[in-house]
Amino acid sequence: MSTVTLSDVRKTYGKTEIIHGVDFDINDQEFVVIVGPSGCGKSTLLRMIAGLETISAGTIQIDDRIVNDLEPMERNIAMVFQNYALYPHMSVYDNMAYSLKIAKLDKSEIRERVERTAALLQLSDYLQRKPRELSGGQRQRVAMGRAIVRKPDVFLFDEPLSNLDAKLRVQMRLEIRKLQRDLRVTSVYVTHDQVEAMTLGDRLMVLNDGYVEQFGTPIELYEKPATRFVADFIGSPSMNILRGTADSGAITLETGVRIPSDTQATNEVDMGIRPEHLVLSDSGCLGMETGMVEQLGSNTLVHGFLTGTRIPLVASLPGVHSERSIGLALNFDVPPHAQHVFDSKTGKRL
Amino acid sequence: MSGMVEKTGKATWLIHLGLIIGIGIVCFPIYLAFIASSVTQAELVRPPMPLLPGDQLVENYSRALFSGINAPVWRMLVNSMVMALGIAIGKIIISLMSAFAIVYFRFPFRALFFWLIFMTLMLPVEVRIVPTYVVVANFGMLNSYTGLILPLIASATATFLFRQFYMTVPDELTEAARVDGASPMRFFLDILLPMSRTNIAALFVILFIYGWNQYLWPLLMTTEPEMNTIVMGIKQMFPSGDDLTDWPLIMATALLAMLPPVLVVIFMQRLFIKGLVDTEK
Ligand SMILES: Nc1ncnc2c1ncn2[C@@H]1O[C@H](COP(=O)(O)OP(=O)(O)OP(=O)(O)O)[C@@H](O)[C@H]1O
Ligand SMILES: [Mg+2]
Repeated sequence: MSTVTLSDVRKTYGKTEIIHGVDFDINDQEFVVIVGPSGCGKSTLLRMIAGLETISAGTIQIDDRIVNDLEPMERNIAMVFQNYALYPHMSVYDNMAYSLKIAKLDKSEIRERVERTAALLQLSDYLQRKPRELSGGQRQRVAMGRAIVRKPDVFLFDEPLSNLDAKLRVQMRLEIRKLQRDLRVTSVYVTHDQVEAMTLGDRLMVLNDGYVEQFGTPIELYEKPATRFVADFIGSPSMNILRGTADSGAITLETGVRIPSDTQATNEVDMGIRPEHLVLSDSGCLGMETGMVEQLGSNTLVHGFLTGTRIPLVASLPGVHSERSIGLALNFDVPPHAQHVFDSKTGKRL
Repeated sequence: MSGMVEKTGKATWLIHLGLIIGIGIVCFPIYLAFIASSVTQAELVRPPMPLLPGDQLVENYSRALFSGINAPVWRMLVNSMVMALGIAIGKIIISLMSAFAIVYFRFPFRALFFWLIFMTLMLPVEVRIVPTYVVVANFGMLNSYTGLILPLIASATATFLFRQFYMTVPDELTEAARVDGASPMRFFLDILLPMSRTNIAALFVILFIYGWNQYLWPLLMTTEPEMNTIVMGIKQMFPSGDDLTDWPLIMATALLAMLPPVLVVIFMQRLFIKGLVDTEK
């Protein structure tokens, strides 16, 4: 039962600052996902919480203890690594029991805990095997088991599923979510996969270049992205973003197209609209030259360009459509309530 | 693999013939030594040299083992064994730990220490033998096992080898151990050491043979026949004056001297092939 609080946490390597002052609170039993593009500092941040990386400035608190100078063990966290980091010469049982042995628990207590955890993870039949005799998914489970037996205050995951194939990843994702719900342990999970982030997290933190872009529930991020970056990053396919000038109830694109809008801004803006919010209409203001069509069954993705330009546009139409039935050009309405308007200079939501 | 090597019938025969001749050439001197150790001195020196085993085998070997010329051979075998084991085990323990320090700890002048160790690679025993002798003599360690082992116990080669091995151990493993609460020494004993066992086995073979074959150092520092090691002891068996060289005895001793390294190779080979199959990162 634990909370995690970061205040103004920074990390510098030599002279370069990698993490620029991160603040956030993680509630008890909450599942927080840190998501962002490669190299944005996700792992660094997680490793600072774990105690594997020194903290250049700021404080990290677990419950009401400041843990800046504590060893990982003393922080009572458990971490699941991307490459599992199982001890290759130890059996599954020994891998899971190792931290308990170090903590000098009773033999019988260790046995009981390991066996219970193994049962929970369907590993009971594999306890005597070596890691190399397991499949990727089983190794992943052992890595989780090693974290679970310790009964830590906080679970930390660094891209634990990125070495698995797509199908297994979905399955393990569900398992992790269920486990976390059952065990009710506060968790921080790092990934660059936004689908994973959306489905797993109670709350998501979008990190970009060492700055927190937004911290909120998946739906908040999806429906009300705080910045252009978040708008672009969250959602698949990505949001369409068009540059234009806002004035008196409309946004005028560079091509001269006027899109009715209820924005109050009067400067250069980036207007975002999700592919599924474009409404097919013969009299629509937004013209699109169609290109590739992807039929996904329940809906159809149409890729193309803003008429007369090379600015890419994606629309998601409900139902099944063929390339022929769509034709060479489409027109869309852009409903004002579905628009996201960002300042084109700062990228902030207006 | 078989597909790669497979040849037509004739070629296979030729290859095997070549190999058999090769083995014959390599083994012939050893065979001769064996023959020489199984006949009497008189039979041996009378031409033509005998090519079939004689009837003195047991007699010659027991004479070598229990009386020898200067010291009984069993005594020299024990000395060599102590020295070779001391050197091999000592070198392995010291280099495991110094490599651990160099790879996993940040201490002042770390790089300097590494290069100092590395530089000693370039100084073989022979180069530093005189100063070493003086030091050992002043410590009163002549004619002792300590004196035989200690000067040869540090190994830059082995340190370097373990350093390279440790650097291939993924950082995540170290971090996992830290998260599990393992102290550095625990990590070393519980994780690094078992993971190094293939390397340790291979190194043990090399170092044991290195120790066993030491010649110059034991020659210098053992003046009592009781402390002679076998490799130098063989040389000491040649008479200095006009006495006859007891060839059957010397040949028996030579074969006995070969035995332990051969056994170590055979025994350890099994162990490290098993190790190769077992470990994997
Ligand atoms: N030891 C280091 N010294 C200097 N720079 C480092 C060091 N470790 C990481 N960095 C830099 O810090 C930044 C963040 O690295 P980090 O590993 O946290 O990225 P990440 O978000 O986890 O990326 P990925 O999704 O690829 O794992 C990167 O630009 C990286 O180059
Ligand atoms: Mg990372």
